[in-house]
Amino acid sequence: MNKLLIAQNLKAYYRLVGGQEIKAVDGVSLDLRENEVLGIAGESGCGKSSLASILGLTYTPPLYVHGGEMLVGDENVFTMNKEYLRKNVRGTYISVVPQGAMNALNPTQKISSFVVDVIREHYPEISKADAIQRARERLQALGLPERVLSLYPHQLSGGMKQRVIIVISTLLNPKVLICDEPTSALDVSSQKVVIRLLMTLLREEIIRSIVFITHELPLLRHFADRIAIMYAGKLAEIGPMDQVIFDPVHPYTSALMGSMLTAEVGTKEKQVQGIPGVPPDLKNPPVGCRFSPRCQYAIDKCKTQQPNPETVGDRTTWCWITQTSEKASGIPS
Amino acid sequence: MLDNSNKRKSKRDTILDIRNLTKVFGAGKHATVAVDNVSFSVGRGEIISLLGESGSGKTTTARMLLKLMQPTSGTILFNGRDITSTQGRKEAKEYWTHVQAVFQDPFSSFNSFYSVRTFLTNAFRLLPTEPSDSEKENMIQECMRNVGLNADELLSKRPHELSGGQRQRIMIARVLLINPEILIADEPTSMIDASSRAGILNILLGLREKLGMTILFITHDIGLAYYTSDRLFIMSEGRIVEQGTADEVITNPRDEYTKRLMNDVPVLERQWEI
Repeated sequence: MNKLLIAQNLKAYYRLVGGQEIKAVDGVSLDLRENEVLGIAGESGCGKSSLASILGLTYTPPLYVHGGEMLVGDENVFTMNKEYLRKNVRGTYISVVPQGAMNALNPTQKISSFVVDVIREHYPEISKADAIQRARERLQALGLPERVLSLYPHQLSGGMKQRVIIVISTLLNPKVLICDEPTSALDVSSQKVVIRLLMTLLREEIIRSIVFITHELPLLRHFADRIAIMYAGKLAEIGPMDQVIFDPVHPYTSALMGSMLTAEVGTKEKQVQGIPGVPPDLKNPPVGCRFSPRCQYAIDKCKTQQPNPETVGDRTTWCWITQTSEKASGIPS
Repeated sequence: MLDNSNKRKSKRDTILDIRNLTKVFGAGKHATVAVDNVSFSVGRGEIISLLGESGSGKTTTARMLLKLMQPTSGTILFNGRDITSTQGRKEAKEYWTHVQAVFQDPFSSFNSFYSVRTFLTNAFRLLPTEPSDSEKENMIQECMRNVGLNADELLSKRPHELSGGQRQRIMIARVLLINPEILIADEPTSMIDASSRAGILNILLGLREKLGMTILFITHDIGLAYYTSDRLFIMSEGRIVEQGTADEVITNPRDEYTKRLMNDVPVLERQWEI
């Protein structure tokens, strides 16, 4: 299987005044495969967006890469020359739709001038008219109205704005598209339309894989191939979508699924519980498993030792309890 | 479309009766009908949801029910009393001891210079007679406990030291101090993490259980509405296009708009065709 991106033991910290550090991403390893959607889910403050900005290479101080590597092909992007990175990786190999991107459009400029900016940044030799023509063809191919190019951002609805952002972010045919909460500010109908566009881009092979960050697990059920559950800067569980959602192993995944309110028969009857407590302060994360202070199953080992990964099939989990109970009962996950 | 028990209940004890409520913004060519001839009634102790997408007129309806905005036409009967035309700050304040709200954004509902204690103490100004200081302190302690917060730890903190979930709980504690008959919750959990959402909603559901409070949710979150409500009112373009018990509307929507909406909601049991 062709891997487009391999992150190994990725560590990214925020450096604070006074020398303290917030360990927002602390030892995350994952790979991104060709032709897949990888969902990343977790509560706010668990490092999802920090991870997105590292994977998308859009991080700026005080966030910095503390350790680990990220391989594109055989090359570690963190050791690449800045200029090379800008020309050959950003926007052309990896592209990002950051959180709140739809509100970042310049209100005094038409959409077309944004298109020109993006294309000419990478290919200064392309004329303005050609750049706009390229965007027009892409919009046509995706069944979106080309007149948006001559409109101002405020003339577009939320759903349309987000779709336009995605189209522009993928104009240079990046292999990897990283989307950070692209649908959180949209109502359910626009949300579906945006996801449909992402799937079309993947099907038409304009992009080759998607990282989709969200806190809405039920949403990922409809289009993700694999899901990574992130907690307090680390992965708790990563595996195929249906396994993670319908048969979670890690207590945090179960708790997260248990706190979801979906509009279907059965939700009303069950007493849905939130997860008690809050994610830990990442300046001083817990010594052992980071979820242990909130975990109702935690044993002594959980509080003192960080769990080792355990891989069964395509799923990897970081949890002492499931490892010991599995061994005791002999039930494979 | 109401079932019989609700019909009986609403005949016997209707707390809120809304008739032909209309709000028009602008005039002439630029007139926008935000709320278009909306009528419904809410029984005492009932939990209902006004459900709709952005721009459907649900928040405008809520603002009129809170007397933060004057309707263009129509009447609002609260406990059989027409409160539509009452004017003046004094009447409004009296009304607010009966009807309170929790809003969407717990980050802008606070004055950042006030501690939690000051914020909560200020709520007593709304009451016709202010309790003594020791009574106030006891009430604050109790209300903080009721929303699952540690009073000793939090009362001296300021808003920037609190999480979104904590702020929203403090908003609810404030409502408890006033103990209104009706609570209007306008998107109470949309800015709160999915994992704390259920906790907040369970607290609100407890208000009916313990105090018999009537609650109106204003939301676009169909999961929330279904989980909490007895009846749902689906709004689209200023009108109520469908109403019924939560189960009826979710399992068997009749209106075209509701059908489409239900189809777009991510559920676990069936996968979208994309």
